[in-house]
Amino acid sequence: MESFLFYLFSTILLVAATAVITVRHTVRAALSLVLVFFTSAALWVLLEAEFLAVTLVVVYVGAVMVLFLFVVMMIDTNTTVLREGFTKYLPLGVLVAVTMAAEMFLALGSPGFGGMAAPAPHPASYNNVAELGSILYTQYVYPFELASVILLVAIIAAIALTFRRRPGTKYQDPARQVSVRRADCVRLVQMPAARKTPAP
Amino acid sequence: MSNLILVIWTIIKIMMVMVPLLLSVAWLPYAERKIIGYMQIRIGPNRVGPRGWLQPIADAMKLMFKEITVPASANKVLFLLSPVLCIAAALGAWAVIPFSDALVLSNCNVGLLYVLAISSMGVYGIIIAGWASNSKYSFLGSMRSTAQMVAYEISMGFALVGVVVGAGSLNLGSIVHAQQGGLFHWFWFPMLPLLVIYFISAVAETNRAPFDVTEGESEIVAGFHLEYSGMSFAVFFLAEYANMILVSMLASLLFLGGWLSPFEGVPILGEPSIFWLLLKVSFFLLLYLWFRATFPRYRYDQIMRLGWKVFIPITIAWLLLIGALVVTGWAWWNV
Repeated sequence: MESFLFYLFSTILLVAATAVITVRHTVRAALSLVLVFFTSAALWVLLEAEFLAVTLVVVYVGAVMVLFLFVVMMIDTNTTVLREGFTKYLPLGVLVAVTMAAEMFLALGSPGFGGMAAPAPHPASYNNVAELGSILYTQYVYPFELASVILLVAIIAAIALTFRRRPGTKYQDPARQVSVRRADCVRLVQMPAARKTPAP
Repeated sequence: MSNLILVIWTIIKIMMVMVPLLLSVAWLPYAERKIIGYMQIRIGPNRVGPRGWLQPIADAMKLMFKEITVPASANKVLFLLSPVLCIAAALGAWAVIPFSDALVLSNCNVGLLYVLAISSMGVYGIIIAGWASNSKYSFLGSMRSTAQMVAYEISMGFALVGVVVGAGSLNLGSIVHAQQGGLFHWFWFPMLPLLVIYFISAVAETNRAPFDVTEGESEIVAGFHLEYSGMSFAVFFLAEYANMILVSMLASLLFLGGWLSPFEGVPILGEPSIFWLLLKVSFFLLLYLWFRATFPRYRYDQIMRLGWKVFIPITIAWLLLIGALVVTGWAWWNV
């Protein structure tokens, strides 16, 4: 049962991953990428890493890819321009691809990846969220904090790069809007009642 | 053989959750029309059946027999896929919702996170619907919806982190257990601002009034589902109401003690029971309808300001307070 599910999800994952780079339409490519993330989360669930799997869905499917789609839908990509110079960049592309493939062979062929047995199934009461949390906040607390600070720097940098104050823009200040009193806007004018002039 | 029995038994259990849910989804619009009617001193639907009780059946028949039109320039596959995505996300999240100590489909360790993950998938249905319709109004509607959902997911997430810190667990059942011990142990009391922010964000997440600029009849006709008709429109409608019930269910589980009784210790009334849960869910659903009858629609920039500049700072500040209570041991609930 489990191996059947594994091969099912792996097939979907590989087909979707191929679609990401071969489909011509950018929105469809982005949607295929969503499918890739979702099926890899499903594979992680098979490995009993449900916290990581759900986090993958929350972060990549729920947030990153939504913004990605948002941008992809707004811009109009011209595929003919994109395919220009295909032959010019082909040798460089092949070189990069071959290097990456060789590196992956070397890394995945190393003994660390070779004979790893499937993890023994845990009892139903086993809580890997608690395990993960206790390791993350004791043994690896400094790397974890460091990573979060780096992310914070990246966030601030991204905001600082795109933030520019335009001079002529008018803003509303809700605090001032709320604090407006009647006396600021309405003036009561006393006028003597106009008397009808008698007809001549 | 035992595998087969397990599968069939699971399907029966799924049906036991889905059938009552879909029935409530069918009758919630009727309740909405009736209640808003009474709030506006009208009678509401009263033609079909006694006091209009069969109105949902008449509506369903009408929607089923209408033609499903697909615009000529639409992307057909995605156009028909997007309502399915919406309803799948709205129903899939119910897998981990507990109804009482024993009544739970999947007692998942990361239940709360799972609900967040699955319900955040719902936004794809809306984006794709707007894009695949190939209509300006639909596209504007889905753009608005996306920006709004991304903004409010953050404040909603922070409000939920407060609950998780308070309960010390991501399992929905354990979160309810952490609130045992009476009315003031329920999380609404220590986390009142988080409850308010959670529920307002949830109203914005489900695109309901006063945050329904995605549909904004006066400017973009009907927003993302403008081009849909018949059942394909009805599925969006069902997903919206299923999401409303889901969000109300979460609010009652996380902040109002779920199936726990407010009169703990009293002989019969003090027993935890699913009826308390349903009562609390109905209360939040009533709030939804009440909002819709009361508030005018927010302006778009004000929605964004409320989400980013008001809610997120408040939730972060309250999160620190809850964290301090838990760490110092001053928390009076069952941490």
